[in-house]
Amino acid sequence: MAIGETRAEHEVLGLGEEDLRKIYRFMLLARRTDERSWILNRQGKAAFVISCQGQEAAQVGAAYNLRPGHDYVYPYYRDHGIVMTLGMTARDELLALLGRKEDPNSGGRQMPGHFSSRELNIVTSSAPIGVQYPQAAGTALAFKMRGEDGVVLACGGEASTSSGDWHEAMNMAGIHDLPMVFLIENNVYAISIPENLQVAGSIAGRAGGYGFPGVAVDGNDVLAVYEAAREAVERARRGDGPTLIEARTYRMTAHSSDDDDRRYREREEIEAWRLKDPIARFEKYLLENDVLDESQRDELDEEVKAEVKEASAYAESAPFADPEEGFAGVYAEV
Amino acid sequence: MATKNLLQAIHDGLAEEMRADETVMVMGEDVGRAGGVFRVTAELQEEFGEARVFDTPLAESLIVGSAIGLSVNGMRPVAEIQFADFIPPAFDQIVNEAALFYYRSNGAYTVPITIRAPYGVVPGGALFHCQSIEAYFCNTPGLKVVAPTFPADAKGALKSAIRDPNPVLFLEHKKSYRLLKGEVPDEDYSVPLDRAKVHREGTDLTVISYGLMLNDVLQAADKISVEHGIETEVVEPISLYPLDKETILASAKKTGKPLVVSEANLEGSVSGEIAALIAEHAFEWLDGPVRRIGGPDSPAAPFAKPLTDAFVPSAAAVEAAMLDLARY
Repeated sequence: MAIGETRAEHEVLGLGEEDLRKIYRFMLLARRTDERSWILNRQGKAAFVISCQGQEAAQVGAAYNLRPGHDYVYPYYRDHGIVMTLGMTARDELLALLGRKEDPNSGGRQMPGHFSSRELNIVTSSAPIGVQYPQAAGTALAFKMRGEDGVVLACGGEASTSSGDWHEAMNMAGIHDLPMVFLIENNVYAISIPENLQVAGSIAGRAGGYGFPGVAVDGNDVLAVYEAAREAVERARRGDGPTLIEARTYRMTAHSSDDDDRRYREREEIEAWRLKDPIARFEKYLLENDVLDESQRDELDEEVKAEVKEASAYAESAPFADPEEGFAGVYAEV
Repeated sequence: MATKNLLQAIHDGLAEEMRADETVMVMGEDVGRAGGVFRVTAELQEEFGEARVFDTPLAESLIVGSAIGLSVNGMRPVAEIQFADFIPPAFDQIVNEAALFYYRSNGAYTVPITIRAPYGVVPGGALFHCQSIEAYFCNTPGLKVVAPTFPADAKGALKSAIRDPNPVLFLEHKKSYRLLKGEVPDEDYSVPLDRAKVHREGTDLTVISYGLMLNDVLQAADKISVEHGIETEVVEPISLYPLDKETILASAKKTGKPLVVSEANLEGSVSGEIAALIAEHAFEWLDGPVRRIGGPDSPAAPFAKPLTDAFVPSAAAVEAAMLDLARY
């Protein structure tokens, strides 16, 4: 069988059919928005695309456990599926893609994929790899100090676990039983560097060295990720400490619109992973379990495509900030 | 008013802000039970507990990074870097992260953190406990870098730094901790971060200086006033970045003879920026060259005592330079 079985049964996880449809819709919305971004790039309208394709299950499955605006999230640049699950829209995403004034992340100051929302507690991110982890540990420490039940989700790719910042934050989280979840989306590549030149041993296994649980899950199985993240989030919320989740997945696109991955990986490898596409896989599960029939699936896809199309038209006609605005707002008023 | 040294004044500033605002906390290596290697945070943990006087693992990037994350979630951390020389691992968290959060989130995220770091040459400190690191940070929009010299100013500026919604790098000259004493007001007060301080009015020359050498400058100014009738205006920037350009330029224009003094390695220093500012904007008022005194362009500072002593320009050299410029 080309498309792998989705292991976890949603009833066992306490997920209703409405939940499943929502999860599927978030995954599809992230994918279709991403696809639209590439079209806008090829049309010469978008300067840069950084993709989530292939990682939607890992992202949506984890984020579906969070309380938006209560819990904190430190996403990395591929986490379109996470921020959309928390409440960002296709319009928000495409406004950012095109660098428009109305871009809620940065008002056109940052590249796409550098997410930020004060309302959703999505903490502003940057391009250096791994810097978010110590910050996430601090945010989790604040929850702990006040005895609150907030949880912090800190995300990154497998290469971010090579950074000192990751290890420093893992250590801190372990020492103080911080309410946080490290989600490592192991998509096999850091631009051109494959996992075997990036990671010694196992990422999930490293958590043991810091004194807390680490689990590796099939990152293309949305229910498996949901299950692991639910356990991790509940554990953190209870005050029992952090968890590391390594979601094993695959980057289906080049690193970015500026990268040509033909220089460093075989087409056959990508084709093999395409057969494990997390969206196709979840779709199969939904069809087999009569959560969706084919016409409902087509209807939903049309609805999502229409939403993305509208968002694209809106973003394309939205104005840029005035050039002078780029020099303002450097310091907060005292 | 009571006489306090720099260390006590900073300690008191921390304690008072922590009493006034329960979101204020201090964090760093050895700040807790030990009270800091210099004793700046002595007894704070007894009063405020282990959570608000927080001993961190030995990792500077973590210290600043987690301070950022704490501030995002409602706290106002004062993070201590034990010696400024150890700040490079935290450079990314300071210049790419803390300094840019506000700008890059289009005003959504502020980072109200203060990073305290003892800097400057101290006997026995050698290469990694003596550095003046301010220039590394004084080209970073979004960051404030302050270096108040005397106890009352330091306490008041520390309060402003803690209350400021922006990240502030707060530099303390470590040899001054117990050496510099002064009257410190008992009541609550603050010193604005964006205004340079004119310590002494004068008409014959201007010296712009900070750190322990400012003390030498002020003593020399009194001496040449008595001995030679030369009146020196002495300006302390307080904020090294951004600079209070107005006050510095006003003084340079008034006396027409500016001298910039600090112990930092001269080339690429903050003194260079101050000199450039004056040369660019006060040229037509000048009656002499813009001059600078600074540390040599060799590492600060070699360990053996005679070598350390030779690194920092002497009080006599400062006085001679002031006289020379006044007579130009």
